[in-house]
Amino acid sequence: MAEVLVYVDHVDGAVRKPTLELLTLARRIGDPVAVALGNGAADTAATLAEHGAVKVLTHDASEYAEYLVVPKVDALQAAHEAVSPVAVLVPSSTEGKEIAARLALRLGSGIITDAVDLEAGDEGPVATQSVFAASYTTKSRVTKGTPVITVKPNSAAVESAPAAGAVEALSVTFSEKATGTRITGRTPRESTGRPELTEAAIVVSGGRGVNGAENFSIIEALADELGAAVGASRAAVDAGWYPHTNQVGQTGKSVSPQLYIASGISGAIQHRAGMQTSKTIVAINKDPEAPIFELVDYGVVGDLFDVVPQLTEEIRTRKG
Amino acid sequence: MSLRIVVTVKYVPDATGDRHFADDLTVDRDDVDGLLSELDEYAVEQALQISENSDDDVEITVLTVGPEDAKDALRKALSMGADKAIHVEDDDLHGTDAIGTSLVLAKAIEKAGYDLVISGMASTDGTMGVVPALLAERLGVPQVTLLSEVSVEDGVVKGRRDGDTASEQLEASLPAVVSVTDQSGEARYPSFKGIMAAKKKPVESWDLSDLDIDEDEVGLEGAYTTVDAATERPARTAGTIVKDEGEGGKQLAEFLASQKFI
Repeated sequence: MAEVLVYVDHVDGAVRKPTLELLTLARRIGDPVAVALGNGAADTAATLAEHGAVKVLTHDASEYAEYLVVPKVDALQAAHEAVSPVAVLVPSSTEGKEIAARLALRLGSGIITDAVDLEAGDEGPVATQSVFAASYTTKSRVTKGTPVITVKPNSAAVESAPAAGAVEALSVTFSEKATGTRITGRTPRESTGRPELTEAAIVVSGGRGVNGAENFSIIEALADELGAAVGASRAAVDAGWYPHTNQVGQTGKSVSPQLYIASGISGAIQHRAGMQTSKTIVAINKDPEAPIFELVDYGVVGDLFDVVPQLTEEIRTRKG
Repeated sequence: MSLRIVVTVKYVPDATGDRHFADDLTVDRDDVDGLLSELDEYAVEQALQISENSDDDVEITVLTVGPEDAKDALRKALSMGADKAIHVEDDDLHGTDAIGTSLVLAKAIEKAGYDLVISGMASTDGTMGVVPALLAERLGVPQVTLLSEVSVEDGVVKGRRDGDTASEQLEASLPAVVSVTDQSGEARYPSFKGIMAAKKKPVESWDLSDLDIDEDEVGLEGAYTTVDAATERPARTAGTIVKDEGEGGKQLAEFLASQKFI
C-alpha cells in the first residue's frame, strides 16, 4: 500500500493528540510513516506504532531547537525523498502550516490548510474545509505534486490500530537556509494543568460580560469541573483580563471541540469564525438579542454570575 | 544607511458581509464590500514604528496583488503613513492560489527592492497564514514570523513569537521576512492630513509581463489546488433557549447530562 508521511508534533517525546488524529486519517489514504524530529524523537515510536505508524523516521540535532522552522522542512524533504509518499500530513498549528507551506513549495506541490476531514478519492486525497466563518464547507484537492495537507485538531477521533512502527534513523543534511533565524531564548508556557485550547474536547469561554480579570475564576472553576480548556473573546483579551494565548476567534485560535460554552460573549462574527464548527454550542448571556443565541443548541438568557456558579455546583453535586 | 520596507497587504471581502462563492468556486467579490485586511493594518503599523524609531532613512512601500478595487487597501495604508504603493493587477490573476500569490509577491518584492518584508499573520478571508513562510522560501531569506513584538537595529531584526507551548525570542540578519500578530500593537487611524497626503502619493501598477511571469503559472489554470465543491452550511436548527428564573444553571446541567457531557 502507498505510504503517507505524517509529521509528528511532540514535546520531548510526548506525542500531542492532533498527531494521533492525523494517523487515523492517514490510514484512509495509505500506510502512515511518521517523522519525529528533535529531542525525544525516538521516544515517540511506541505511541505512534500503537496508532498505526508502520514506520517511524527519527532524527535529532540541536538545529531543531536553535533555529526556526527551516531545519524541520529540510528533514521532511529528506523523508519525502526516502519514502516517496502519496501525501504529507501535518497538524494545523501555526508552525505546522509554515513547515507545510515551505515543503510544498520545494516539492512543487499544492497545499491545503486547516482540513477538518480527509478521504481517499480517485484523484488523490479529498480534504474538507470549513470556510467563511464556517458558513461554507468545501471539498478540495491538490492537483500538482505530492499533496501537502494540514489538518485541524479534533478533526477525527483517535483510534488505536497497532502497527509495526519500526524505527529508522532519518538522514538529514541541513540547507544553508536552515540557520537563518536563530531562537535566542525560550520561555515555556506555564502549565495551568488544563488541556490545550485547540485540542480540548470541551472549551469554556468568557467574554466582555465576565467584566474583569478576577471574575475569570468562575469561568475557570466551571472548566475545571468539566475537565475543559478556558477560552476568551477578543474583548476580554484586549481588556487584559485573560492571556492572548487563550483567545478564540478570527485573530486568535480556532477551536472545534465537542462542547463549547460561551459565557458573556455576544457572538460577533470574528468570534464565531473561531468556534462555529464546535459540535455542541451552549451560551449564557444577559442579552436575549445576542447573536450567539443564533448558533446555540442550548442557551440561557441570564446573568452569568448566577448561572455559571450554579451550573458548576450542580455538576459537582451530580458527580458526587 | 537606508532601510527599504515592503509591506504586503490584501484587499479582502468584509467579514461582516454575506460572503459566498462565485460559479467558478472562487470568492465572489462583486457582492460584498472589500477593505484592507485588518491583520495587515498591524503590519503597516509596525513598519511605521520601525521607521519612527530608526535613525536611518526608511522607505515604506505597500504592495498588493488584486483587482482594481484593491487600490482601496493601498490608499488606506498610504493614509496611515506609508510612502508609496505598488498594485499588481492582471486579469490572468483571477483564481490564483497561495503558491501562485507568493510567486507574484516575491517577484514584485524583488523588483521593488527590499531589506525587510512585513506581512500580517494571515489574511482574514483565506486565513491560511502561509504566505509569509512561502515568501521567505522563495526569496531565500530568513523568516521571522508571528511576532507580537518586533524591532530592527543595525541590520538585525529581533522579535518575540508566542507559540502554543513556549514564547520564543527570534533574531535574523536582514534581508528578512517578518509577519506580525494582532498583539504587536494597535494600528493607528489615518489622520485627515494623512488621508489628504495619500492622494498625492505614487501608486505604480504592474502586470504579469512587468514581473516576467507566465499566465499559466497563476490564475485558476496555474493553481496547485482545486475546489471541487462548496456548499453553504445548513442553518443550525434552532436550539432551546431558556430564561434564567433562578434555575438556569441547573437546567443547563440537565441539558449537558442529557448530552452525556456530565
